[in-house]
Amino acid sequence: MSGIHVSTTINGDQIDYVCEPEETMLDVLRDRLGMTGAKEGCSTGDCGACSITVDGRLTCSCLMLGAEAGGHEIGTVEGVAQGNELHPVQQKILDHAALQCGVCTPGIVVAAKALLEKNPDPTETEVRYWLAGNLCRCTGYDKIIRAVMDAAQELRSA
Amino acid sequence: MPVHQVTLSGIVAKTAGLTALELEGNNIRQLLKSLEAACPDLGPLIAKGVAVSIDGTLYRDDWFQPIPEGAEVFVIPRLAGG
Amino acid sequence: MAGNQEFDADRAQDFRVVGTRPARPDGMDKVTGKARFGADMNMPGQLIGKILRSPHPHARIKSIDASEALAMPGVKAVVTAEDFNADAKDRDVLTNIMARDKALYEGHAVAAVAATSRIKAQQALKRIKVNYEILPHVTDVDAAMQPDAPILHDDMFTQGLDEKPAKPSNINARHEFGHGDVEKGFAQADIVIERDFKTAATHQGYIEPHACVANVGADGMSELWVCTQGHFHVRSQCASLLGMDVSRLRVTASEIGGGFGGKTTVFIEPVALALSRKAGRPVKLVMTREEVFKASGPTASSSMRVKIGVKKDGTITAGEASLNYQGGAFPGAPADFGAMSAFACYDLENVKAVAFDVVTNRPKGAAYRAPGAPMSVFAVESVVDELAKEIGMDPFDLRLKNAARDGSKSSYGPKFGKIGLVACLEAAKAHPHYAAPLGPNQGRGVASGFWFNFGGETCSNLNVNEDGTITLAVGTPDIGGSRASMCIMVAEELEVPYERVRAIVADTSALGFNDTTEGSRVTFSSGMALIKAARKAKEEMCKRAAMMWDIPAEAVYWAEGAAHPSGPNAGDFEPMTIEEIAGSAAKTGGPIAGHHEYNADGAGVSFGTHIVDTEVDPETGYVKILRYTVVQDAGKAIHPDYVEGQFQGGAVQGIGWALNEEYIYGEDGRLQNATFLDYRLPVASDLPMIDTVIVEVPNPGHPYGVRGVGETGIVPPLAALANSVSAAAGVRLTDLPMSPPKVLKAIGATKLAAE
Repeated sequence: MSGIHVSTTINGDQIDYVCEPEETMLDVLRDRLGMTGAKEGCSTGDCGACSITVDGRLTCSCLMLGAEAGGHEIGTVEGVAQGNELHPVQQKILDHAALQCGVCTPGIVVAAKALLEKNPDPTETEVRYWLAGNLCRCTGYDKIIRAVMDAAQELRSA
Repeated sequence: MPVHQVTLSGIVAKTAGLTALELEGNNIRQLLKSLEAACPDLGPLIAKGVAVSIDGTLYRDDWFQPIPEGAEVFVIPRLAGG
Repeated sequence: MAGNQEFDADRAQDFRVVGTRPARPDGMDKVTGKARFGADMNMPGQLIGKILRSPHPHARIKSIDASEALAMPGVKAVVTAEDFNADAKDRDVLTNIMARDKALYEGHAVAAVAATSRIKAQQALKRIKVNYEILPHVTDVDAAMQPDAPILHDDMFTQGLDEKPAKPSNINARHEFGHGDVEKGFAQADIVIERDFKTAATHQGYIEPHACVANVGADGMSELWVCTQGHFHVRSQCASLLGMDVSRLRVTASEIGGGFGGKTTVFIEPVALALSRKAGRPVKLVMTREEVFKASGPTASSSMRVKIGVKKDGTITAGEASLNYQGGAFPGAPADFGAMSAFACYDLENVKAVAFDVVTNRPKGAAYRAPGAPMSVFAVESVVDELAKEIGMDPFDLRLKNAARDGSKSSYGPKFGKIGLVACLEAAKAHPHYAAPLGPNQGRGVASGFWFNFGGETCSNLNVNEDGTITLAVGTPDIGGSRASMCIMVAEELEVPYERVRAIVADTSALGFNDTTEGSRVTFSSGMALIKAARKAKEEMCKRAAMMWDIPAEAVYWAEGAAHPSGPNAGDFEPMTIEEIAGSAAKTGGPIAGHHEYNADGAGVSFGTHIVDTEVDPETGYVKILRYTVVQDAGKAIHPDYVEGQFQGGAVQGIGWALNEEYIYGEDGRLQNATFLDYRLPVASDLPMIDTVIVEVPNPGHPYGVRGVGETGIVPPLAALANSVSAAAGVRLTDLPMSPPKVLKAIGATKLAAE
């Protein structure tokens, strides 16, 4: 089987890869590019653990084919911190202990960052509905919601 | 060796065919040996693992835990958790 | 009182680090995506494994022909039941990880293949020919107990009966607990209520599917990377299932993406090892979500009857429960724990709980957070709520009047030691939540819950590094922040800053055996081991300082992270810091370390009480949660953030169990909803904030008073929700989950009755 050559941008870096037609973007990130920050929790777009952004838009990478990434700007959890400087969403998740096992955390980070770029001053209800596509089984969401609200406030006052 | 009033509970009681008996032993191992001697049918269950409660503290595997004179002693099914 | 009296009340007055909320050591890697979970590991030259699973709920396997699959390019190995040790010590696990002569549930593993890519492995599965003889099946617990039900195991004769039955059945065992005379008790009651209840099977729902990478060398030297709650247990099970020496198998626990009891056993791990052994290459095996639902270990469904009698003054005169739990295709439904927990919150003269452990054609159950307790407590706490209404008594007052207290005889036999149920009930009753007003179609429910908590085999190491920092190695995988708690306890004990201590989860070759992260045991057991290890290291450091000062070791004490001479008679020396002592260790006798190995007992039981307000939409039956408060006894909260996190997470899993989650089987015995779309976990928009109150009644069995906190939180929510929804809907709900169609039907039935 001959692969498909794809030329794309991931976290600002120009990246080329070859993938099979049936491979998802999540497969490409994890298995071809070694970017294992996005997790496969369901492969049906229900859990959000594989969240990435495509041209700034929040997407489940398990629902997108690797072959579709050509010419787009892909953002993953690996690109959220600037070097050693955490994004406020990441810092606030740590400060609020808004993680237990941490497997949903990369997806939450990507999704929350996307929310705050779109809506810098969300209500609690807006945060809850935006994150309704990111399953967390450990925390009951309480501390996650608080962390995202706190990050929003910090970003607004920055 | 001190003699204890021992209560059997759950499937331990049913397998033994009785709910209470007097057993001697300075510690859990000796107690379980006396129990097996008194109720040979309990052999496999004891080998698989039972829990012993001494005055309200549960011991799952602690043969040499001493049993004080006059202690409240229960032999119950082995417990696990999530 | 017997038991290990470890608690030091004086010391507890003066904690400096315990009770603070520092950042966890693994946090940075988890927010940046660098943390390596089960599926994030790859080994050089690895193959991908896939498992062929039975499409039938019950079928005899007449033959398996893998020759076509093996002939495909890229296919390196196929394994079936024959590739495992038929004499393995746990026959049920052996049969569950790979079906032997019968497939016992839809999803039961039948064969497995390793190939050079996932796609090739999937294609190969389709070429394995399995000849099945389809057998009649049963998935419902009550149906499985009928005399004419299809029998799963010809050698299953119910244990725990007065006489061994003549015929095999699907009832593995009958368990009975209690004391007194319930008939006499009911005769003394003014009001007796008896109700039937049902709960659906639910799944732990961890977001990370089971995943592992196995490498078996030609010389037998083997390694396994796996997400598990207990890598020592995985090693022990796999060595037995493959007929290997334990020392040959080194198991490394990856970061673990949730477990809740579901990752306390093995499913794919022995299969990956068998494939690797046969192929001579590493094999990676990862479950899909569908496989997680169909072929890991959900918890039991139940069918229960509870009867409780009460006097008009609120004295409960008797309680009786009959519990039927199905735990899938093998023995081990947590029916006995359900029976032991059912009435644990009450001090009763007359109590009896009988439970049946039943097998059905469903996946073999695994532990799920306080296994067996949420169901039976749901039934009991629902009837208690109804009785409170009948006699016009506040539900907390009724519970307080009958509550188990220090020294009460528990409903499962032994008397309780020091417990915090009354403290929880009083704190809940006094909480502003309980006095807040309610609107139309709204209701409030309360309920309590109990869990035993355990200790178990534990081995932990502490090393004082050459710069005076501390490294800890524990053998209990960290699921909810326990590494932070370990560092806190050692920092407390050595009186050094938290930042100077780092904890890791060591692999199986680095430590002695450790029981699994289960039973709410880690902060209790591994924590106590490290406190004792720290005390040994302190003693050694005092000795080293004494040697350098040339005074007796007894004349040196430890404080503020340094050795001090005990007084002017001992000598006039400046304190010697841990950095100085560690820096000269090479010249004073070599490395300084502490370790502790033991079988921890005295874990201390735990109680909690929940309050929840709901609003029921009479048009749709939808239940909205308005407010939720968890009150629970933690003994002592080492890191309060993660204690609150356990309370909140347990409550929300319970909410899912009460309102949404269920295994739905069709007439064909197949699971109808093996996706997160159709098996609906609570999502952020379903919920309010979950308020928490940490009650601290110290556990005498731990130096700092710690009780396990992980499990109790899932016990009260089922009943609290049922009581709240019943109040809001004006009709008693007894069948979980209380999904909108069921709530609507119940409301409709009362309306019809009223008309």
